[in-house]
Amino acid sequence: MGFDPRYTNQRFKSVGTRPIRPDGVDKVTGRARYGADFNMAGQLVGRILRSPHAHAVIRRIDTSKAAALSGVKAVITAADLPDLTAGDSGLFDILDNCMARTKVFYDGHAIAAVAAIDVQTAMAALALIEVEYAVLPHVTDVDAAMLGSAPLLHETVFTGGVEPRPATPSNVANRSQYGHGDVEAGFREADVIVARAFKTEQTHQGYIEPHACVANVNADGTSELWVCTQGHFVVRQQCAALLGLEVSKLRVTSSEIGGGFGGKTHIWAEPVALALSRKAGRPVKIVMSREEVFRASGPTSATSIDVKIGVRKDGTITAAAAELRYSCGPYAGMWAELGAMTAFACYGLEHVRSVGYEVLVNRPKTAAYRAPSAPMAAFAVESVIDELAQKIGMDPVALRVMNAAREGTRSSYGPVFGPIGIGPTLEAARNHPHMKAPLGKNQGRGLACGFWFNFGGQTCTDLNIGADGTVTLAVGTVDVGGSRASLSLVAAEELGIDYAQVQTVIADTATLGYNDMTDGSRGTFSSSMATISAARNAIAVMRGRAAAMWAIPLEDVAWQDGHAVATGPTQGNLARLSIRAIAAAAATSGGPIAGHSELVADGAGVSFATHICDVEVDPETGATRVLRYTVVQDAGKAVHPTYVEGQYQGGAAQGIGWALNEEYVYGEDGRLQNAGFLDYRVPVCSDLPMIDTQILEIPNPNHPYGVRGVGETSIVPPLGAIANAVSHAVGVRMTHIPMSPPRILATMEAAQAG
Amino acid sequence: MVAVTLWGSLSAAAGGARTIEVEAADIRALFRVLAQRYPGTAPLIARGIAVSIDGVLYRDTWSKDLPAGAEIFLLPRIAGG
Repeated sequence: MGFDPRYTNQRFKSVGTRPIRPDGVDKVTGRARYGADFNMAGQLVGRILRSPHAHAVIRRIDTSKAAALSGVKAVITAADLPDLTAGDSGLFDILDNCMARTKVFYDGHAIAAVAAIDVQTAMAALALIEVEYAVLPHVTDVDAAMLGSAPLLHETVFTGGVEPRPATPSNVANRSQYGHGDVEAGFREADVIVARAFKTEQTHQGYIEPHACVANVNADGTSELWVCTQGHFVVRQQCAALLGLEVSKLRVTSSEIGGGFGGKTHIWAEPVALALSRKAGRPVKIVMSREEVFRASGPTSATSIDVKIGVRKDGTITAAAAELRYSCGPYAGMWAELGAMTAFACYGLEHVRSVGYEVLVNRPKTAAYRAPSAPMAAFAVESVIDELAQKIGMDPVALRVMNAAREGTRSSYGPVFGPIGIGPTLEAARNHPHMKAPLGKNQGRGLACGFWFNFGGQTCTDLNIGADGTVTLAVGTVDVGGSRASLSLVAAEELGIDYAQVQTVIADTATLGYNDMTDGSRGTFSSSMATISAARNAIAVMRGRAAAMWAIPLEDVAWQDGHAVATGPTQGNLARLSIRAIAAAAATSGGPIAGHSELVADGAGVSFATHICDVEVDPETGATRVLRYTVVQDAGKAVHPTYVEGQYQGGAAQGIGWALNEEYVYGEDGRLQNAGFLDYRVPVCSDLPMIDTQILEIPNPNHPYGVRGVGETSIVPPLGAIANAVSHAVGVRMTHIPMSPPRILATMEAAQAG
Repeated sequence: MVAVTLWGSLSAAAGGARTIEVEAADIRALFRVLAQRYPGTAPLIARGIAVSIDGVLYRDTWSKDLPAGAEIFLLPRIAGG
């Protein structure tokens, strides 16, 4: 019988409580094993040679001197990673990004790698690799890359999504469009129109743990990979495809993860480590330096966005339009398309149009970053909404409430919304004490809304009952934010036992069925659904065992509060059986007791949030201090409220860094100038106030407990909320993220100069 | 018979068709008919399409029923972080 995921409004005993996370002690005592903490006997050190050029043809690579160096066990180039992608362009892009083949496309692009007995030898070997480049003109700016005169990255890219097909190649990989109605007619109905151009600079997810892996390819065709990732099953699929390995013979184990935020949903060093190990015949460990992480992993897009919105004096939005240009790095993505889909999703609009352009530039390949592409679009749209409220003299919350999408609204990206939660987040924000707190000199308050899709995916879970009645839950979604605690709570809830009796572990790829990665805010949403299903299957087994032990029909056995209970008129005197008692008799009642679940967790439901921010800007230095910050977001049902709050706070903290300081700075030579945390400034504790959170619980009808994903939406509103706050504090509309001190001063000085 | 709306790129692959009528009981049947009627859509289906049924997105549950009268909207399979 299939699993029914529909919401049932049950009462909870475990879900909603706040126990200590099972991985907590290891993490605070330093015992937790992250990617770089795993070692194997005979392990070699892997290091990667990277391009110093933003754009160049590789004319010749000579690795002979490096290979001859004592202590070097393997040297590889693209020749050791032959193209096995069979026309799969997406997979080929991954291969080319892992090891450049004919051209390097950005500063930091990998071109060769060595495996040696120690770091010193490996570094010496890299210095002996001779590379002859033909340096090409480069382009790193998203607007400049769209010009016809821009250096061309690929001769084979012709803009998709336009008719007729362009006759000449360009750096614009694709055009996408969303919306409905007649935008021009809508603008004619407006009393006030605001049109502005915005820019956001490229940022990195800023996870503290660098990428790390240990690969071991054996002579018999089996391989192991220990890796820090958000999705070890996906790593296995992609690495097996790129190296021609059999999927079942590559066993991938995920380590603890020191942050990912979308940046660890891709592969870079893993195929290189496997290729080195295959060639050397020994395990190879690669740990990226912080500089490598910045130069050669996957930051988010830099963007250039135009937004135009018209309103009547009563606050009704008559039309909205946006053109969004997002950098992709050297390989096409759907980053601008996601911006175009999400830009106006918070609002019910009769006339709306958003157009996205995917732009290729000489920067690292763009990767997902927590609700990818939505924060930049929301920054631009929420800034214009705020300015419109100012112009018509309307409260900005009231303007948003008046125009908010609701059930039955046709979304800007197409479908009609079902029950959604933006209205409740706005109402909660409007009634929050934060909105009434007084502001002082040089201080400003900003508010913004945000939207993200969320999704589920393929999920597999095993629940095993131990001989003493305790429970092991094996899941395949990497724990990026406390999901082991949440899933233990779910198992305890279903089985009717204490949280402490459940131990949740992340299984490796050889011991559990396939799982999609932890992305799209799906970890707890999907694996909790599979855990409920597995627990119910285990209960069915235990009811059968109790029936056998009692020698009564199965239908006369019920499950109540963690016990099998005999029911029916003739069974009343049988003492109930605990899980422990049933487990103790397992050997003679049918063998091991387990519950399994394999399902596709769909129906995640869209997500909305509203953020409020107070700032103070120093007019002498342009420095911004965040005074107060409040997050309001719908969780459906908060399984472990502390970790839901953590997701809300984490998204806000990252958004504050993105809004105020973080940016990739490229020199005229196309080289990254600030590849380190000294010059790329993420917020630290002393930069942040205590971030207040308000969890709304509007049940998701497509999950038994009503759970929604919560991991991503919290990063969507901050750029807009902080930009609005800073704009009010300095009296000038801020249109360029990050609003670093020099940029704020320059904006204020320009305004004063008229 | 259900009415299905296609997003821009899929519409282009379907010869410009924006909304189509399809005899399909579930998502799997919908994709089968779509690929048969418009062969250009097959690569997009292989890459992954999200199906919005009355506003709820389904990415992989091809057995999901398409209720009569439901709003069916096809969208690109989105990435997440």
